[in-house]
Amino acid sequence: MTARSRDAAIVGIHEYPSRDVEGAVSPLQIKAASAARALEDAGLSWNDVDAIYDAGDGGGMGGLNVAEYFGLKPRVIDTTNVGGSSYEYHAAHAKRDIARGRARVALLSYGSTAHSNVRRIGVGGRGFGADHPADNMDPFAGTTLVAHYAMVARRHMHDYGTTSEQLAEIGVATRCHAMRNPEAVKAMEDLEFLDIRETTVDDVVNSRMIADPLHLLDCCMISDGGGAVVIAAPEVARDCRKPPVWLLGAGEATRYPENGGDITTTAAAQSGPDAFGEAGVTPQEIDVAMIYDSFSITVLAILEDLGFCPKGDGGHWVEGGRLRFDRPADGPALNTDGGGLSSNHPGMRGIFLLIEAARQLRGESCSQVNGAKLAVAHGNGGILGSRHCAGTVILGRD
Amino acid sequence: MSEPKRPLPNLHDPDTRPFWLATREKVITYQQCNACGTVVFYPRGHCTGCLDGQLVWKDSAGIGTVYTYSVVRQSYHPFFRGLVPYAVAWVDLDEGPRLISNIVGIEDPLRDLSIGMRVRVRWEEHDELSIPLFEPAAS
Repeated sequence: MTARSRDAAIVGIHEYPSRDVEGAVSPLQIKAASAARALEDAGLSWNDVDAIYDAGDGGGMGGLNVAEYFGLKPRVIDTTNVGGSSYEYHAAHAKRDIARGRARVALLSYGSTAHSNVRRIGVGGRGFGADHPADNMDPFAGTTLVAHYAMVARRHMHDYGTTSEQLAEIGVATRCHAMRNPEAVKAMEDLEFLDIRETTVDDVVNSRMIADPLHLLDCCMISDGGGAVVIAAPEVARDCRKPPVWLLGAGEATRYPENGGDITTTAAAQSGPDAFGEAGVTPQEIDVAMIYDSFSITVLAILEDLGFCPKGDGGHWVEGGRLRFDRPADGPALNTDGGGLSSNHPGMRGIFLLIEAARQLRGESCSQVNGAKLAVAHGNGGILGSRHCAGTVILGRD
Repeated sequence: MSEPKRPLPNLHDPDTRPFWLATREKVITYQQCNACGTVVFYPRGHCTGCLDGQLVWKDSAGIGTVYTYSVVRQSYHPFFRGLVPYAVAWVDLDEGPRLISNIVGIEDPLRDLSIGMRVRVRWEEHDELSIPLFEPAAS
């Protein structure tokens, strides 16, 4: 391996185990509990933290509220909220700030009670309120959140011949991994999934249609949950309890509907090359792909845009179980924790992409890829096919 | 209990208010910059193509092409819950703007709708504005 960037490393992780807190726990409590466990995982304590990266999910003034609640006086606060990609942005910003000597130990946290609140982010709801001029143009049309993604899928099928069976491969691989993850199985039980088992392509395409052409099993769950990630400078990382997972490169990009634009191409087409370029890594070297799976089409389009296969070939490329953890010769394993489709989606899943990527590179995953050295975590925030942000982070171990 | 109603845009948003006021006359309007030619849609107070920002309002003929669509089978909204299955679509107007609307006037959206279909506006009247729905241009 050539000399790659060693600016900063993930040294502590925690995924909040419950997906249904029954309204008894607040998002701030989930954030604090997760932060404490992630610091413990690193062998650090509250006093070591000098930088907070926050998406504002605890309410109020984002990082400021969190700093006080945690009992911290950080030198750096970054309250970037770009939806589900916020945590990839936070990791990129923490890497930058640590490299510049502005911070030594960065704390990212997430907490959500979306399930308890019955927040309608999944199969039938609308993503955002009408507080933006763009959202005042089409409330009359009843475009559900999933319908936005469905329109990307429909156009992808039209342009490239992609089929529902090919899209179903995403959910099948992800469920395979979920069944190996006890916390994911517990999540599906707590959220009252009807039939908790490995699925087939037929299962997915025969599940209820939600918004044509996306079926129920193409859609993520709506859970409670949260987590935390600790990112540290090399001199701190050396003394932590677990081996460092280096942040090798990062990219950020924004995309939105434009007259005459191509809805099937996502912001990943821009953030991916930046991240891979900084890391000095090619997609073909990646062992684990943690891709934001709000819906199956999200993953398919992003795999193409990140360069795992040519644009439009994603349908063929994912066929035949290629994305499973036990087929390392075929390219990266997808969402080995079970993903948003079958393990954890409280609304902004980006932090879990970093957490499972770190588990893989430590050798701690329930669906461990043998000899995993390189991973990509790609968050998509906002709405695919509408305005969205992409955050790509390339991670590697020593 | 009153019958659930279609959610309507508000007329207070300064960017989109002129668009919705024009729908009272059953016209779809869009902005174009006299300085740089950029078509701006959704409506805004500034040109996204240049800093001179000489935006003028123009009328669309209300005819376009289905860029993509979905047939919604499940909605939690009281009005749309009663409407399923219904078609939502991105429509490319011939003048350039791309907008979201419903495709109506088709017997079976699952069978009778396709990408590339030519559509034209069909207005649904309300008290303070009209809603631009679309139907097949041939019908």
